Amino acid sequence: MADTFNFELVSPERLLVSEQVTEVVIPATLGEMTVLVNHAPTMTTIKPGVVTVKLASGQTEKFVVFGGFADILPNSCTLLAESAVAAQALTRETLQKRIEHAQKEIDNADSDEHKTKLEQFLAELTHLNHTVVAA
Amino acid sequence: MPSLKDLKNRIASVKATQKITKAMKMVAAAKLRRAQEAAEAARPYAERMGKVLASLSAANAGNAEAPLLLSGTGKDQVHLLVVATGERGLAGGFNSSIIRLARDHALKLLSEGKTVKILTVGRKGNDILRRSFRENIVDYITFREVKQLSFVQADEVASKVLTMFNAGEFDIATLFYARFQSVISQVATAQQIIPAKFNDVSASDNASAALYEYEPSEEEILEDLLPKNVAIQIFRALLENNASFYGAQMSAMDNATRNAGDMINRLTLSYNRQRQAQITKELIEIISGAEAL
Repeated sequence: MADTFNFELVSPERLLVSEQVTEVVIPATLGEMTVLVNHAPTMTTIKPGVVTVKLASGQTEKFVVFGGFADILPNSCTLLAESAVAAQALTRETLQKRIEHAQKEIDNADSDEHKTKLEQFLAELTHLNHTVVAA
Repeated sequence: MPSLKDLKNRIASVKATQKITKAMKMVAAAKLRRAQEAAEAARPYAERMGKVLASLSAANAGNAEAPLLLSGTGKDQVHLLVVATGERGLAGGFNSSIIRLARDHALKLLSEGKTVKILTVGRKGNDILRRSFRENIVDYITFREVKQLSFVQADEVASKVLTMFNAGEFDIATLFYARFQSVISQVATAQQIIPAKFNDVSASDNASAALYEYEPSEEEILEDLLPKNVAIQIFRALLENNASFYGAQMSAMDNATRNAGDMINRLTLSYNRQRQAQITKELIEIISGAEAL
């Protein structure tokens, strides 16, 4: 099919996905965006959220990512996530652990700016906790 | 000349040692494979990151407001040496070659009148460097309890380094680790991580970078990515180090096993010689006794 492009999801530990896809939904920092083929070259940071991938075969796969950034080109899209897991593999416990970790970091943060950033991160995680686990 | 019994004991003990070194070699080989796979799996991420940052920083070159992690503090008075070594010994020259490189570097900086701070990662490096640079070591991180090296550990190191940098405690950070070349060759390497250094991007890469849309702004992305890059570089170094460690341990144990084999051969030879000498002696005694009758 002509309307597919190559999508790669990479975490520091491994390459999670490298496939031909038709559509990817990315939780960008400034709001969710859907990437189709021939997208304008864009670079964006991402926030914790769900990445939905529609494979060329028609299947959809979901991944949960925790921060990172995406490099989008007309014929490819690379998502560098700080950490990523398949949505099915995510459990409430791991999320809870991350939330606690973020909470602890907030308590230790020295500058206000840093604190605001972390609080935002925490809010996103908590939001994620509700949406993912409910689904 | 040791007695027959002594020789027998020695042979038994060398054999026991050989069994241990052989087992260690096998374990190291198995772990090496895993470590190598992990190092390879991390490569795409580090490469992409490097490419993106290189084009971003090329676009930002000459910008006076560029983040400090990229442009540096403009001074080079205080140096931080992050020395990553293994948690254990018995790996040939692995730990000592990293430490030697770090020590030479530190001595050179000290002789130039610079201030040196050392952050050791791994128990071995800490133990040895503590002897000569006790007052220079600012922190010590160990992954003794960690079974499988993951990004979390690298992040821990990186956040320490970044906190220090943001507090203005040093100007330049250099990372010391052993680059994994092959099972028999690991190269101790020094890599500057702050301020970040990138390979020059070619003109064609620059052209494509200019067309990018950035969301949020270019500067914000750069500010977000640079700390991550430090963590990635450290992560990569730790993985390479891990692979190098097992490579070095494997070849060291292979050598030890071979040496033990040689030793057993030599000991067996002298054991047999002595046994024969004793038989001959006894025969002579019997024959001369019979002749005297």
